[in-house]
Amino acid sequence: MIKAEQKPVDEILGFLDAYKRILLVGCNGCAAVCHAGGEREVAILAATLRMARKKLGQKLEILEETSPRQCEPEFVDALAGKTEDVEAILSIACGVGVQALAERFSEIPVYPGVNTMFMGKTVEPGVWVERCQACGNCVLHLTGGICPVTRCAKQLLNGPCGGSRDGVCEIDGETPCAWQAIYDRLKATGQLDRLELFVPAKRWGRESRDRGPRTIVRGDLKQ
Amino acid sequence: MGSFVPRIVAFCCDRSGYRAADMAGGLGISVPETIEVVRVPCAGRVDALHILRALESGADGVLIVACHRGNCRSLTGDLAVRARTEHVHEIMERIGLKRERLELCNLSVQDGPKFAETVRRKFEYLKELGPNPTR
Repeated sequence: MIKAEQKPVDEILGFLDAYKRILLVGCNGCAAVCHAGGEREVAILAATLRMARKKLGQKLEILEETSPRQCEPEFVDALAGKTEDVEAILSIACGVGVQALAERFSEIPVYPGVNTMFMGKTVEPGVWVERCQACGNCVLHLTGGICPVTRCAKQLLNGPCGGSRDGVCEIDGETPCAWQAIYDRLKATGQLDRLELFVPAKRWGRESRDRGPRTIVRGDLKQ
Repeated sequence: MGSFVPRIVAFCCDRSGYRAADMAGGLGISVPETIEVVRVPCAGRVDALHILRALESGADGVLIVACHRGNCRSLTGDLAVRARTEHVHEIMERIGLKRERLELCNLSVQDGPKFAETVRRKFEYLKELGPNPTR
C-alpha cells in the first residue's frame, strides 16, 4: 500500500497561520494502515494543532472527518456538506487524496498534512519499506519476485553493477544488493535460466510520466 | 501564581498504579485533591490521543503509572507506553509545551506511599511551572 508520514507540526501550523476554521480530513485507506492519516491520527493532529494555537492565544476551530477513501469521487463528494464556512482544508491522506479534494473543492485552499513516501510493505509494526515504484511494466516474473527497479540503487534490469560486494550494495555497506538477492532466489527455486533472458530498457515514455499522468481505462467498467 | 492549583490526570495500570493509589487512600496518605485517576487495564493501553485529550481538556500535568519494567502481565505494556510517552514528548516540544508536564513512572502494588509522594512531587513541580498554556 501507499506509505506516508506526517509532516512536522510546525510546517503544518505554518500552512494554517491565516485561518480560524478548517476541515481536517483523514483517509481510512492506505494512510490509516501506515498510521499517518486515519481517524486516530486526525484526532491526534487536531488536538495538537488546537493546543499549539491556543498557546499563541489564537483560536483554531477544526472540523474532523475521515473519509473511507479520499481517492474515490463518491467519498469525496460526501464531504461537500462539511465545508460550510471552512477557510481551508488540511488533508492527511496521500497525495492522491489531497489532489482529489483540491479538484472537488476548487474554491477552498487544500493543504497536505503528510508526506507521501512510497508503495511498500510492513516489515514489523512501525517499520515500512519500499517495494514498488509503479514502473508500469512488471518484471517480477523474471527476477524471482524481487524488484530491481525498486531495490537496486541504479535500477539495473540485467544483473548487478561493479559495486556489489559480498551481497551488499556499495551505497552504504548495509543495503542488500538486489541482484545478489535475485540470483540467490532464482537459484533456490531452480530458475537460474531466467537470468539469460534479456530485459529491454524500459519504455519510460509509455511506462512512466514523460507523457503526463498515466491513465487506465477499463471499457467494461466505464460508464 | 499563588492561587494556581494544578490539575493532574493519572492514568494508572489496574495491576500496579491503581492498586498503589488505592493503597495510599487506604493508608490515609493525603494526595492533592485535584488529581483525577483514570483506571486502565494496562498502561500499554494509554494512547497518545488519551494524553493529548487530557492536556487539551485542562490538565496541567499527566502521570502514567505503569508496572516496573519486565513486570507487565501483558508482557510488553510497559515498553509500549514508554515509546508512546516519548512520542508525545516530541509532540509537546513541537508545540512549545514542557515535556516534564507528562511523566511516566513505574510502581508496584505495594507502592502506596510512593504513589502519594510521586503525585505530591508532580503537584509541586506544576505549581512552580504554572498553568498549562494550551488549555
